[in-house]
Amino acid sequence: MTSLIFNAVVRALQPLLLLFSVLLLLSGHHEPGGGFTGGLVAASAFALHAAANDPASARRALHIPLTKLIGVGLLCGIASGLVGTVTGKTFLTSVWLKVGAGGLGSLELGTPLLFDLGVYLVVLGVTLTFILSLAEK
Amino acid sequence: MTVALLVGFATATLAPGIHLVARRWTGAVLAVVPAALFVYFMSLLGPVTAGATLSEQHAWSPRLMLQLSLRVDGLSLLFVLLITGIGALVTLYAGRYLEGHPHLGRFFLFFFTFMASMLGLVLSDNLLALFIFWELTSLSSYLLIGFDHTRETSRAAALQGLLVTVGGGQALLLGFLLLGAATGTFEISQLSGLSAREHPLYPGMLLLVLAGAFTKSAQFPFHFWLPGAMAAPTPVSAYLHSATMVKAGVYLLARLSPVLGGTALWGTSLSLVGAITMLLGALLALGERDLKRVLAYATVCVLGTLTFLLGMGTPAALHAAGVFLLAHALYKGALFLSAGSIDHATGTRDLSLLGGLRRAMPVTATAVGLSALSMAGLTPAFGFIAKELVYEAALQEGPATWLATVASALTFMPLVAVAAMLALQPFLGPSRELPHAPHEAPAGMWLGPLVLSALGLVLGAQPALVGGLLARASPGLEPSELAPLKLWHGLTPALGLSVLSLAGGVGLFLLRDRIRAFLARLRLGRWGPERAYTWGLGAMLQVAGFQTRLLQSGYLRRYLLVTILTIGGLTAYALVARSGVRLRLELSDVEVHEAVLGGLMVLAALAAANSRSRLASVAAMGVVGFGVALVFLFFGAPDLALTQSIVEALTVVVFLLALFNLPHYQELSSRSTRARDLLISLAFGAVMTGLVLMVTQNQLYPPISDYFLENSVPAAHGRNVVNVILVDFRALDTLGEITVLAISALGVAALLKLGHGREAGR
Repeated sequence: MTSLIFNAVVRALQPLLLLFSVLLLLSGHHEPGGGFTGGLVAASAFALHAAANDPASARRALHIPLTKLIGVGLLCGIASGLVGTVTGKTFLTSVWLKVGAGGLGSLELGTPLLFDLGVYLVVLGVTLTFILSLAEK
Repeated sequence: MTVALLVGFATATLAPGIHLVARRWTGAVLAVVPAALFVYFMSLLGPVTAGATLSEQHAWSPRLMLQLSLRVDGLSLLFVLLITGIGALVTLYAGRYLEGHPHLGRFFLFFFTFMASMLGLVLSDNLLALFIFWELTSLSSYLLIGFDHTRETSRAAALQGLLVTVGGGQALLLGFLLLGAATGTFEISQLSGLSAREHPLYPGMLLLVLAGAFTKSAQFPFHFWLPGAMAAPTPVSAYLHSATMVKAGVYLLARLSPVLGGTALWGTSLSLVGAITMLLGALLALGERDLKRVLAYATVCVLGTLTFLLGMGTPAALHAAGVFLLAHALYKGALFLSAGSIDHATGTRDLSLLGGLRRAMPVTATAVGLSALSMAGLTPAFGFIAKELVYEAALQEGPATWLATVASALTFMPLVAVAAMLALQPFLGPSRELPHAPHEAPAGMWLGPLVLSALGLVLGAQPALVGGLLARASPGLEPSELAPLKLWHGLTPALGLSVLSLAGGVGLFLLRDRIRAFLARLRLGRWGPERAYTWGLGAMLQVAGFQTRLLQSGYLRRYLLVTILTIGGLTAYALVARSGVRLRLELSDVEVHEAVLGGLMVLAALAAANSRSRLASVAAMGVVGFGVALVFLFFGAPDLALTQSIVEALTVVVFLLALFNLPHYQELSSRSTRARDLLISLAFGAVMTGLVLMVTQNQLYPPISDYFLENSVPAAHGRNVVNVILVDFRALDTLGEITVLAISALGVAALLKLGHGREAGR
């Protein structure tokens, strides 16, 4: 189903969707969103790409093999848990770091963000595995 | 003690590595470990004989009342010495017997796991820990019996042993749990016999425990798995029979006799089962020609005798059981190892083929001869003392004296005949034509049999060496009640019985060929318990096949049906049977937009079910999905609403991809199936509605959401409580979930690839 209009729309939509997904990931701790929804939105961006072109092109656009993506995501989750153990607390205890950002106030960075990134990558990888495997059949 | 246990398990894990380095010396190197443990436990002999008990406690899972509490008293020390002492000799032997076997390292891994589990079993003071070690011995013996896993018979025998002993193990666990519930503790040393025996559940717990002990110790009607276990390499058979596995049941009975024993039920069941087992074992031993199977049935016979003695329960009987156990361990270990040597040297174990080996295998012949002396109960071997004690115990027993006496005499006669068969047939007579030219076994292989059989002689001459320990080996027995062990008792009735059984045994030996022919004509295997086992196994596989075909039909709609009916039915049952709360349906606070949304979703669902076009159904389901998202939004869960709508959007994409590959819409259901499905879905919907109403109206516990709301910002630095729960408060759950997701994705990818491959192959 190569349709010119669909193709053009997707080309414009994909970066927006990806941007949106990152926004969801980053704002998730305070506003609706988070790694799960972010990952799903990113997956839908690539799924649209696959629908507009073909699954192989979607895989190319991703640059990383899906299994690797899933693995990296899992490692992020585990790593965020290990940070706490280094400081002597139990596994998955969150650690927060306050960074001054000049005149813009201060920025809080914590292991939950890394954990959320892990969820994001795993969800993206898993969803795309399902969709692309189906599409390639 | 804990260290000893850990050393055992550590040796098991290191064994394959050690084999890579030590090659043909593996057996000798590894034998050092049990030998060292033996020496360590020998150092406890003095204190234990003097009446001391040593104990160690480690918390394992305290909330389950599971402790790793180890305790050494006379009974466990006797077993520990057998396990480590015979274990060392068998390890040495196995290194030679299996020399050059490609999986020798694996063999020692299983073997030492088994040894360490056995140590844990006899040292545990906690019933639950004992059970865990008990099951470990079943599992490791399964691996050992099936060691020669390329042979069908080995695998079948291993499975048989496993099913029988693990089945009994399940009964045992139940029995232990009842015992613990009745007495309030799982520590054997704290169990009080009074509270257990007077508990209304006593018959139940006793029978369950007995089922466990009887299956393990191959008592009738579970005796059939033991000869099958002969498929194991001979060193394993020797170890299983002399020191360990099958004696575990006897150990347990002895260990629990102060707690559960002393009642009519205990006495009757043990005596009855023991008597049948010992007579049957003796008879079957006479009917065999294979060396190992003869020995196996002789073991069944002795195990029956031990159970019988424990069932009698008099001090004399308990003492006799301990002495007989030691005597049997020594001679049976030696005989089995010698049988292995003969098999190794000649290539056959068939008694009717063997003969004239005395010149070629003088050391083995000596070992077998000495052990046979003990087995036949001839003076001056240790077996003589044991047999005299058994007779004395039988003569002392009150009302059923004649029964006990006759039974034990009937048992010892065949044992004498078997001993004569083993000692004379392979070694005397002219040299025969054999598959291999016979030669003496290497030193590593004759050392064990010789040491064990010589010990039988030494202890016969100097019974005081073990008298102290054996007097302590029956829990609840005071050594002062017992006479010291000695070889010569004077002209007692027991001695008369000994002479009688010797004469009878010689008679049986002379008539052995006729007896064997007679037994062969009976064809016991055709209607014995083994037949029941085969039938039961077949029936189980049939049931499994039937329910697999029923449940795993490969039709998605059938899976859905089963799932929905199960969940709906169980939920409905719980709602009706367990809830005393009435449901209230408050319609007054329903807003207009909510009612409209609800109506829309119902309409969409109806449309989806009614539509003849796949695309329309998908669209209608999408309306339901977005409706749910709106519900989330109305009731203050924007995060869920967001997730739901994204999932819906993605679902549409997936559907689009799948639709192209599907065949055209077909009429797959008849009018009646549709009516059935309608009824089921309506009922399921009603149950779920009831469940939701119940949950929202009845607050059983204070909600935990307050905690999350209060702590979200101060503790987790986040205002989005849902996300904070996901990534912080319950991060471990999320980690588990993404792991599951990742694994399922790999599975899906692999499955679809497989499908591709198949299509390509066609």
